[in-house]
Amino acid sequence: MMKLSKIVLRNLLFEMMRIRRVQLAIESRYPENEMQTPVHLCIGQEAVAVGVCANLKINDYINSNHRGHGHYLAKGGNLRALIAELYGRETGCSKGRGGSMHLVDTKVGHYGSSAIVGGGITIGTGMGLAIKMQKKNNVSVIFFGDGASDEGVLYESINFAVLKKLPVIFILENNQYSVCSHISARQAGENIFHAVPSRLLMTKIVNGNDVLHVYDSVSKAVTRGREGRGPSFIECRTYRIGGHAGCEFQDVAGYRTKKEIEYWKGLCPITSFQKKLFRNKTITPNEINKMERKIENETKKAFDFALRSPLPAPDTLPLYLFDE
Amino acid sequence: MLHSKIKQKISEPAFPNEGKERKRVLGYDEAIREALQLAMSQDKRVFIIGQGVDDPDGMFGATKNLHLQFGRERVFDTPLSEGALTGITVGAALAGMRPVYFHNRPDFLMLAMDQLVNHASKWSFMFGGSKNVPLVIWACIGRGWGAAAQHSQALQGLFMHVPGLKLVMPSTCYDAKGLMLSAIADQNPVLILDHRLNFNNLGFVPPESYTVPIGKGVIRRKGKDVTIVTVSHLVIDAFNAAQEAAAYGIEAEVIDLRTIRPLDEKIILDSVAKTRRLIIADCGWKTGGITAEIGAMVAEKCFSYLKAPIKRIACPDLPTPAAHNLEKAYYIGKNDIKKALMELTR
Repeated sequence: MMKLSKIVLRNLLFEMMRIRRVQLAIESRYPENEMQTPVHLCIGQEAVAVGVCANLKINDYINSNHRGHGHYLAKGGNLRALIAELYGRETGCSKGRGGSMHLVDTKVGHYGSSAIVGGGITIGTGMGLAIKMQKKNNVSVIFFGDGASDEGVLYESINFAVLKKLPVIFILENNQYSVCSHISARQAGENIFHAVPSRLLMTKIVNGNDVLHVYDSVSKAVTRGREGRGPSFIECRTYRIGGHAGCEFQDVAGYRTKKEIEYWKGLCPITSFQKKLFRNKTITPNEINKMERKIENETKKAFDFALRSPLPAPDTLPLYLFDE
Repeated sequence: MLHSKIKQKISEPAFPNEGKERKRVLGYDEAIREALQLAMSQDKRVFIIGQGVDDPDGMFGATKNLHLQFGRERVFDTPLSEGALTGITVGAALAGMRPVYFHNRPDFLMLAMDQLVNHASKWSFMFGGSKNVPLVIWACIGRGWGAAAQHSQALQGLFMHVPGLKLVMPSTCYDAKGLMLSAIADQNPVLILDHRLNFNNLGFVPPESYTVPIGKGVIRRKGKDVTIVTVSHLVIDAFNAAQEAAAYGIEAEVIDLRTIRPLDEKIILDSVAKTRRLIIADCGWKTGGITAEIGAMVAEKCFSYLKAPIKRIACPDLPTPAAHNLEKAYYIGKNDIKKALMELTR
């Protein structure tokens, strides 16, 4: 494992705490029925988004999916525009046209997220092709879940990325469930891409609840991509603490055991990382309190901003179909 | 994939609205190829992909040897993966490139529907105009030589249904070049559905770069008695039918739509207001297709002008058969249009 500076370590913790806090705030206000959009929360999966994006520059690309709040925030997406989008406001990142599943912030290399499972995989690969044709040294990172890894376009995209040696990093965020279907009902065994020779595709399986493990593996993949050595495929094993969509109490009962959920809650990526940093004396409880207050304040302001913002005017309905 | 027998090339009728010089004659494939050549020379972001674009023959000649001129980094063969490759062109377009993706047949676009319908056509709207997708997809409708049910589908009706997708169907060599240049310059996804029969055409094509506007139809023949609205290879059939009907004192106006979406409603409505009779001819299926949509639009917007029921000429709602005599029974052409003209003016 590489040695990371105090600043980087603290930042990893801060970003995870921030994503968690925003998710919890969304969850607590969701029953008010003012956010009329299907939210897919990533509570328990924060280490993946943060561990990956901490390796990226502002003009590197990410391609997210329907469960994309964490990716958006970790890449530096504007928090106020995110919350405003959830409330369907004109000030939202997609001007209220996209909702929770369609976030965008082009200023930080986030060019939009698809809610068709697997849809973003091909688009991210194409952004990698553009990088190569433009002779830039950026990378294109694609976040997709285990559900998307059931889709045929993943094979097609990886084949193309390997064929053209594209600077694409495929991040399989394996949270084990597609809605209520466990991966064991959908896949024959370990993901087939781990069997590809490493000179063609660098593959890794990492503990997706360990931010340092994610960071470390992705850092190698990013270097490989920037140096023109081709794509990587990293499977981050994690767990979806909440249900498929909505808040925790809306989760359907009966498709998984309470024991399983409790087990994974015990492997919380934030609590375990905090403990590690306490042990290393990288951070003090007091400093964590300070971080919490800062996040709390920022989150509150984002909600206030969203609720103060206007809804899109009805006569703007036909706008944006084409860029003319 | 099948190769139809080599046919004699035929000269297009001398349409009045195609350039001033009218000196140089090109084949249809050469006209498209020249558009691609010009676009690639003018704009480094333009690149061409598709299965077989660097074949010795190119895509029906339209991409022939472009890889030699521009290199295989800008003109390259692809895996057959139509689904992924369409998404890859969307991604490349988002990241600043201008892809032109060639398909042998529209039938294969069915494998790309997720990217065309769920992604390319949605991106601008779904993100409030943050990002647009300047992308050209080209496919060529097959016909004849027993191409049968999966190599001959004219699916414009299907694509017309999707907001956010521009749909272009050229009919002449001049337009094939000008519309291709417009499509590549457009900021949005443009689907060009071409027709294999068009590749038999020879027509006047000026050598310089020029564009034919997307969303504008053109009158190919003026007339006062009946309006024929049509598209693609049926434009020449409609023109010839109208010329023959003129011997009987019937003057038909022939409108070439050139673009299905955005549809040039004005050119249709103005003509119908004058002739008060309408024939719509399309090489796709009848139900839910181009003829249905245009018929409904005219009935909705200028019903009171109509002196007679609208006539629709389209392929029967069946898959294309292989046997040559069944093919003949299946397809429509000049004679069907002429028959409709005679019936409507009786």
